[in-house]
Amino acid sequence: MMAAILETHDLDASYGPTRVLTKLALAVEERGITALLGANGAGKTTTLRALCNMMVRLSGEVRFAGERIEGKATEDIVRLGIAHVPDGRGTFTGLTVEENLRLGAYVRRDKRGVAQDFARVFGYFPRLAERRRQQAGTLSGGEQQMLAIARALMLRPRLLLLDEPSFGLAPILVGEIFAILGTINREEGVSMLLVEQNAKVALDLASHAYLLETGRIVMQGPADAIGRDESVRRAYLGY
Amino acid sequence: MNALWLAALGLVLVVLPFVLSSYHVFQLTQVVVYAIVLLGLNILTGYNGQVSLGHGAFFAIGAYTTAILLDKTGIPYWATVPVGGAICLVAGFLFGLPALRLEGLYLALATFALAVATPQILKYRHIEQWTGGVQGITFAKPDPPPHIPLDSDQWLYFFCLVIAVPVYVVGWNLLRARTGRALVAIRDHPLAASAMGIDTAFYKSATFGISAMFTGIAGSLGAIVTQFVAPDSFPIFLSLSFLVGIAVGGIASIPGAVFGAVFIEFVPNVADAISDAAPWAIYGLVLIVFMYVMPEGLAGLLRTLTRRFDARGERGLAGAASGRKREPRTSDARSP
Amino acid sequence: MDTFLQQVLSGLATGGIYASVALALVMIYQATHHVNFAQGELAMFSTYIAWTFIDSGMPYWLAFVLTLAISFVAGVLIERIIIRPIENAPVMAIVTVFVGLLVILNSIAGWIYGYTIKSFPSPFPSDAWYGGRYMSPHEVGMITVTLVMLLLVFLFFRFTPLGLAMRAAAQNPLSSRLVGIRVGWMLALGWGLAGTIGSVAGMMAAPIIYLDPNMMSGVLLYGFAAALLGGITNPWGAALGGFIVGVLENLAGAYVVGTEIKLTVALVIIVGVLLIRPSGLFGRTLVTRV
Repeated sequence: MMAAILETHDLDASYGPTRVLTKLALAVEERGITALLGANGAGKTTTLRALCNMMVRLSGEVRFAGERIEGKATEDIVRLGIAHVPDGRGTFTGLTVEENLRLGAYVRRDKRGVAQDFARVFGYFPRLAERRRQQAGTLSGGEQQMLAIARALMLRPRLLLLDEPSFGLAPILVGEIFAILGTINREEGVSMLLVEQNAKVALDLASHAYLLETGRIVMQGPADAIGRDESVRRAYLGY
Repeated sequence: MNALWLAALGLVLVVLPFVLSSYHVFQLTQVVVYAIVLLGLNILTGYNGQVSLGHGAFFAIGAYTTAILLDKTGIPYWATVPVGGAICLVAGFLFGLPALRLEGLYLALATFALAVATPQILKYRHIEQWTGGVQGITFAKPDPPPHIPLDSDQWLYFFCLVIAVPVYVVGWNLLRARTGRALVAIRDHPLAASAMGIDTAFYKSATFGISAMFTGIAGSLGAIVTQFVAPDSFPIFLSLSFLVGIAVGGIASIPGAVFGAVFIEFVPNVADAISDAAPWAIYGLVLIVFMYVMPEGLAGLLRTLTRRFDARGERGLAGAASGRKREPRTSDARSP
Repeated sequence: MDTFLQQVLSGLATGGIYASVALALVMIYQATHHVNFAQGELAMFSTYIAWTFIDSGMPYWLAFVLTLAISFVAGVLIERIIIRPIENAPVMAIVTVFVGLLVILNSIAGWIYGYTIKSFPSPFPSDAWYGGRYMSPHEVGMITVTLVMLLLVFLFFRFTPLGLAMRAAAQNPLSSRLVGIRVGWMLALGWGLAGTIGSVAGMMAAPIIYLDPNMMSGVLLYGFAAALLGGITNPWGAALGGFIVGVLENLAGAYVVGTEIKLTVALVIIVGVLLIRPSGLFGRTLVTRV
């Protein structure tokens, strides 16, 4: 594996007195796509929250580009170049598509760069361009997911965290979105940590994968190897 | 509540009027009166989740019922109390019916409007002949019955106490029995409650009615104890004081109602002693500090302390009732 | 017909005050889901500060602007120092803190300035050209100032990055943090803005209702009612609600019951409307998925 843009050591995370993650050690390949798989309740969302220091109490180490970031405020972590697309999309439903995207670039100072990025994300997601002035809450599920990803891209992030982007979407749409994610990764070198319940699409896209069960990593390795593993196939791929 | 505590409390309550001065006995009687109000308010706000900023209105109705009856008819003072209670029961229930449609803030406004309207209506020219207009009504201080070795202040104290006890027993039963569980269910999850067959509408209105009734009884007692009612005795600040009382005492707590009553009777006096230039500023400061230190009121603090010592812990109604703000949800609606 | 028009226009003028207070209430409510019961007292205190400046010889408009700035800072400080520590406390505790704040401000104002009413000057001379048969110059000035202020606030929220960030923080604090918005400071700014808006309302109202520590309690109630009438989710609906309430109040006083209980009547009407449309005239009816 290439250099890691993000790594964790001995990461524990709890909600109040309830421990959810135990001694997590994972690494996200720089310029690559890493998948974090697991069933409902395994702790996948918690992992992403812990990385952003949101809503959980954590101990252990999180390093981004070599620097320790655990304990930093979420707003500061964002400024380092980590964009998080949360579960449920997290779109500002009361605001327009354009306002959502503008907020994605909130911390940036380079106006020209932001204008360029508007063009870029509209290029990836032409449907959003059509609905530019529409209120985000009126978009369909798939469009909202696109908007959520597009908003994250407006940060010009080095690392993109995605929480179950396939959730609730029709397979065709999932294919479309994941293809775009692949393109973004290849053309712009944005590293990605992809949390998914849908193991198949995740393993098709990612190069490296981790399997999470009740808060612990139980398996890791190249995505295709994981995909061929007998137990994984039976438990998560259905064959 | 521990039987031992109850017995100790009972003893103290009976002995106090004999060792305190007349004025202090009067103050203690006010505490008893407020304790009844706060019990009523607690039932509504704490257990049923409906916020009322207007209970001063029911207090006024009870008070004026007593005053008018004593002024215009020959009814003995003790008989006016159930009348005040009954009128408020009906008034509260009728108010509660439409109020159902309003939630949270809107209900708060409706009750607030009630409280603001009350002094205005009481001053209204056209009903002056009954209400006594701006000057209000005064009447004679009741004497203790013959052969009883108490002075008037002590007698009135025991009179109120004797009424408070059954009221508290009723309140206690109301909350412990099926009704109580229904009330909490309605507060915590109205949709599920009605899906389970609890007639939400009826319970909400009935609760409002009962809460108003308790407050009306207290208002009647309050009038008897001060022998004076006037429109300006029932400003909006009275309703706010009641709210402060249950916040400080601890919402959804029966002992909390008593704590709160002690607070709202005595702390303004203490504040006055500290600074007579701006006593309310001190009072406000005390309120703020109190809420920082014990946001769940005195009863909440005691609960946390006893939970440390008591292995079983006090769950059930008390635990569910803290009314903490829920954690913000990360997701908007998940569309299929 | 003459009196009717006069009552309506005069009602619109006072309605501007209610609209401002309603706007301030809704701004804070949207961001925090709490009603700022102390909003009226804050406005009252600001007006006293303005009075102090003017009384010491400062020209009106300088005092006005200075008061706006001071009110802004005061709002920010109150949010950071008093409100922030109890952000996550139970609702009743927060309501109590607001009541405490209300009482403190009222008491201190009374202590410093006394309870006798003071007159507060109007910057609009009583013989100005824009006064007329139906409205005094001050009423014209009042409506103009409040409309201009509402417009500026609207433009701020709609077209500036900070305004956008504040709207986002109010709607969805979690997602706002994910784009790097410092939500805590957005709240503080909201309070500052509410303080400023309130101070304008106070300074415009004072020439009419006179300056005393209790001047704003009726206004606050109307502001509260206006906010709910317009729909607590909609700041502009709330502002519109303010104008409606102003007119209603005057008409009720003139034609229905006389000024004695016009407050009651206005409130009854408002509550009546809410019974028909619980989310207010312009609020969004929230559909809750079961």
